[in-house]
Amino acid sequence: MSTRLQSKGRLVDTTQPMEFRFNGKRLKGYAGDTLASALLANDQMLMGRSFKYHRPRGAVASGAEEPNALVNLGQGGKFEPNQRATTTELFEGLYATSQNHWPTLEFDVGAVNAALARFLPAGFYYKMFIHPRPFWKYVYEPFIRQSAGLGKAPKERDADTYEHFYFYADVMVIGGGIAGLTAALEAGRAGARVLLVEQTAHWGGRAVVDGAEIGGKPAEDWVAETVAELAAMDNVTIRARTMGAGVYDHGFILAYERLTDHNPETSGPRHRLWRVRAKQTISATGAIERPLSFAGNDIPGVMLAGAVRDYLVNWGVSIGDRTVVVTNNDDAYRTAIALHRAGLRVPAILDARASGGGALADEARAAGIRVEAGRAIAKVKGGKRVEAVEVCLQAGEGAVLETIPCDAVAMSGGWSPVVHLWSHCGGKLLWDTELAMFRPDPARAPTGSDGLGFVAAAGTANGHLGTSAVLADAQSAGRAAAKATGAKPKTGKAPQSNDADEAPIEPVWLMPQGAGDALRMKAWLDYQNDVKVSDVQLAAREGYESVEHAKRYTTLGMATDQGKLSNINGLAVLSGALDQAIPVTGTTTFRPPYTPISMGAIGGSARDGLFQPIRKTPIYGYHVDQNADFEPVGHWRRPYTYPRSAETVHDAVNREVVNTRANIGLLDASTLGKLIVKGPDAGRFLDMMYTNMMSNLAIGKCRYGLMCSENGFLSDDGVVARIDEDTWLCHTTTGGADRIHAWMEDWLQCEWWDWKVYVANVTEQYAQVAVVGPKARKLLEKLGGMDVSKETLPFMQWADGTLGGFPVRVYRISFSGELSYEIAVPASLGRAFWDRLVADGEEFGLMPYGTECLHILRAEKGFIMIGDETDGTVIPQDLGLNWAISKKKDDYLGKRAQEREHMVDPKRWKLVGLETLDGSVIPDGAYAVAAGKNANGQRNTEGRVTSTYYSATLKRGIAMGLILNGPDRMGDVVEFPKVDGTSVKAKIVDQVFYDKAGEKQDV
Amino acid sequence: MLTLTCPCCGVSGEETEFHAGGEAHLKRYGPGSSDNDFEGYLFMRENPKGVHFERWRHVYGCGKWFLAARCTATLEVFGTYPAQTTEPPQDIKDKITAKRPGWSWRDFA
Ligand SMILES: [Zn+2]
Repeated sequence: MSTRLQSKGRLVDTTQPMEFRFNGKRLKGYAGDTLASALLANDQMLMGRSFKYHRPRGAVASGAEEPNALVNLGQGGKFEPNQRATTTELFEGLYATSQNHWPTLEFDVGAVNAALARFLPAGFYYKMFIHPRPFWKYVYEPFIRQSAGLGKAPKERDADTYEHFYFYADVMVIGGGIAGLTAALEAGRAGARVLLVEQTAHWGGRAVVDGAEIGGKPAEDWVAETVAELAAMDNVTIRARTMGAGVYDHGFILAYERLTDHNPETSGPRHRLWRVRAKQTISATGAIERPLSFAGNDIPGVMLAGAVRDYLVNWGVSIGDRTVVVTNNDDAYRTAIALHRAGLRVPAILDARASGGGALADEARAAGIRVEAGRAIAKVKGGKRVEAVEVCLQAGEGAVLETIPCDAVAMSGGWSPVVHLWSHCGGKLLWDTELAMFRPDPARAPTGSDGLGFVAAAGTANGHLGTSAVLADAQSAGRAAAKATGAKPKTGKAPQSNDADEAPIEPVWLMPQGAGDALRMKAWLDYQNDVKVSDVQLAAREGYESVEHAKRYTTLGMATDQGKLSNINGLAVLSGALDQAIPVTGTTTFRPPYTPISMGAIGGSARDGLFQPIRKTPIYGYHVDQNADFEPVGHWRRPYTYPRSAETVHDAVNREVVNTRANIGLLDASTLGKLIVKGPDAGRFLDMMYTNMMSNLAIGKCRYGLMCSENGFLSDDGVVARIDEDTWLCHTTTGGADRIHAWMEDWLQCEWWDWKVYVANVTEQYAQVAVVGPKARKLLEKLGGMDVSKETLPFMQWADGTLGGFPVRVYRISFSGELSYEIAVPASLGRAFWDRLVADGEEFGLMPYGTECLHILRAEKGFIMIGDETDGTVIPQDLGLNWAISKKKDDYLGKRAQEREHMVDPKRWKLVGLETLDGSVIPDGAYAVAAGKNANGQRNTEGRVTSTYYSATLKRGIAMGLILNGPDRMGDVVEFPKVDGTSVKAKIVDQVFYDKAGEKQDV
Repeated sequence: MLTLTCPCCGVSGEETEFHAGGEAHLKRYGPGSSDNDFEGYLFMRENPKGVHFERWRHVYGCGKWFLAARCTATLEVFGTYPAQTTEPPQDIKDKITAKRPGWSWRDFA
């Protein structure tokens, strides 16, 4: 059984016992524990189930690379699935449950999948997809639905808060082991602005666990001194519990700080995402140990040798009384020696190398540990726990020489440098045959905006395994990075260490070398996704030769750990199956983040009201007070309608329509874009922007104008007013203000840069109110201050003046067909002016109206709306707007395009009105069908609806639409199928449904 | 995420501060132009792996458009220059030649 030893471990604080729960059981641990170490200390080896076969799973590692020990953490608003027990620091009251099993962790029905393993080989899903539909529906889908998915999605709103933090560094150092500390120290001493981050809560990495000596003192002391020196430097920022998550273009680095995960009662944000720009980045991310591929290597109790050492040294946890060590390199001997020194039994060290190990092997032997060279594990015996190993020759096929009873297996297949951060932004790798590892190729570093490398790997991450070599490499990396940023590094030698003389590693990708089918089907590569040696070999046989294809076909490395343990072993097996060298196979792509980061951290504070700021007009408060029904228009929120007490939205809209046509309606039109275009060349410029002539517009007058893209497509519309000799004011659509402003700037800056024109977007400087309806003039006359009569201020003119004491600019323009004044006042007076209109308008039956009423009023008049009648493929000629296209001008934006063959095609659908025969409303987006079917067997179409409403004025459905030969087919009936299978018939009519002569607006 | 320097206001900023505007140095063809010329202006774009010239706007800064010479493969920025020109300035072309000997792009080399 796994248990806590008397010695407790270097990270455990026995003065701070903590209680926590796992699957409802109350368990005890200490401050300094991880959830994994605390579970193991309580003999809770079984922590979860694998994805595909629901195999029993325990921790195989002790850190970020852990694929197995995933738990549901927390409850309610703090619930989070798939949290790694190995990186979860224990806190008082921690609540965890295991996942991916039913009904219990110990007894799982899904484990029957394992019995079907030979029917669920690599590419299982792909092979299923080709089966006929009924099979899919009744057999496969229910099976997949039941077994798919890891953990559970949270049900409640996240109770925590998150934030982003910006940081600029000369040198960013990722990794707080002795390499990262050394590099940061060198860069810091050189005077560079340094940011050093470490993903765990502790500094020093492996060196402090392995008891290395640095400069004649214990690594632990050296680390403490170095951290203290760094902390004292003003130019250095250090953060533990902060993971370098990703390296991106031009030195952009994301770091993920876990602020309160280890103590959730603390106030403040839970995670902080650091958005760093670093001139130079040093990846001192260490290495990850590789498992060995032997049958039964996934049984709980089989663990990486380094992890066994971590649990022992850091947390005083023994995985079992008797641990068999199996290795192909010298490092695992450290585990055997440490276990032996702790008073635990190591029945044997099985060294796959025929020539055995170096100085550490001698030390083990001297301690009385049995060391066997050229030996391998044929098979681990046991179910939910290791019971024994069967020993064989590594060179053979697995004939069992002896069976050694044991409780744990410590395995080491060698170490793989963590090259993720080096690779994220294009750093290339070398295969080092001697060390059997991919390591960064310093000649092919990721390059920045100046074309020079901006990432360097240092220490173990750079392929150096000995402590002295790590320190020397990190020192030169730190100095080089500092120098590249213009700092002046110090000189002097790196401290030395007491490295043991190690024998070379011998790569072992399958154990034993000649393992047959039966053994290979039990030799796991990817523990979480249940990918075995046999699966990768099958993929190769079935033609998935590219490593990227084999990965997706087998799901190797696609689990939440992204193959940190499995990738190198998997591609080595693939290389073997394809009979090619490992570098020819290559690696899959390393993508950020290094380990998963929370969605909350990505969002930061951008949630609720801060997710997207809402633009509010000066009159917004009134709409809120009236409980208006709002709709988003661009970034604005505009009143859709103003329902009164028990009124439905539909009834409110109809009331507003009727009242505006009978009395007065008031519209907050402040969102309309207002662009001032000024300068000696402004007229000439606007003649290019608009399809019609604007240069000859008389001062004091207004003109409706259309704007097109260079493709000829209609892009915006609005009324232009000539203010004075060299000034025009252009109204744009609500959504178009910023876009059209940018469009004008583009042409002025990049094409006609010698034209003297200035454009200012004054949209938010003015509140604008449309006073609409037959009694509008009466209201303005009551306010008094300027002459608003037809004679002085006729239709399509504007005037400055005062109304009720407010300074105003009044435009006689109408988007409703009624007598209408659009009145602009300075934004700061907008609300007061509106309130005054509402108060004084009461006797005339004034009611405010919203955007839906606006739409209906304009549709009754056959006015087009950008975004309804247009969709980026419609030209003004399609909409019968030829009257607004100048024939006199040589050029305007879109003119050449409108001469293209397809644009002058008489078969283009054209705008008409549509009147349903039964008076109903045609559904939005409906298509008119024509006879016959197209090549895809679909009904032919001859048009579509662009705007469709219930007209309270006409008491029937009205619509506009684009119809083939529409204007020539007045009176024809076209048919619009509906989604319910029925269809609605409509007569083609003139698009102006109300006041065809336009008399009401011109009074 | 790229960093760019605006040649108008001199600010070096993150990509999020700027807005990309497609290919640089397009010649506008208007009414009277041939179908071929107009098609080229409207639709035909370079898609090089390597040296490229682009339009960018310092949209959350000074608001000015400018042009950038950039490598699409390595994302190296050879230089940025004002938009009021029909051809990359000689010093930018020299910089590119030093780093990518033998380069060419449309009519420039
Ligand atoms: Zn700028």
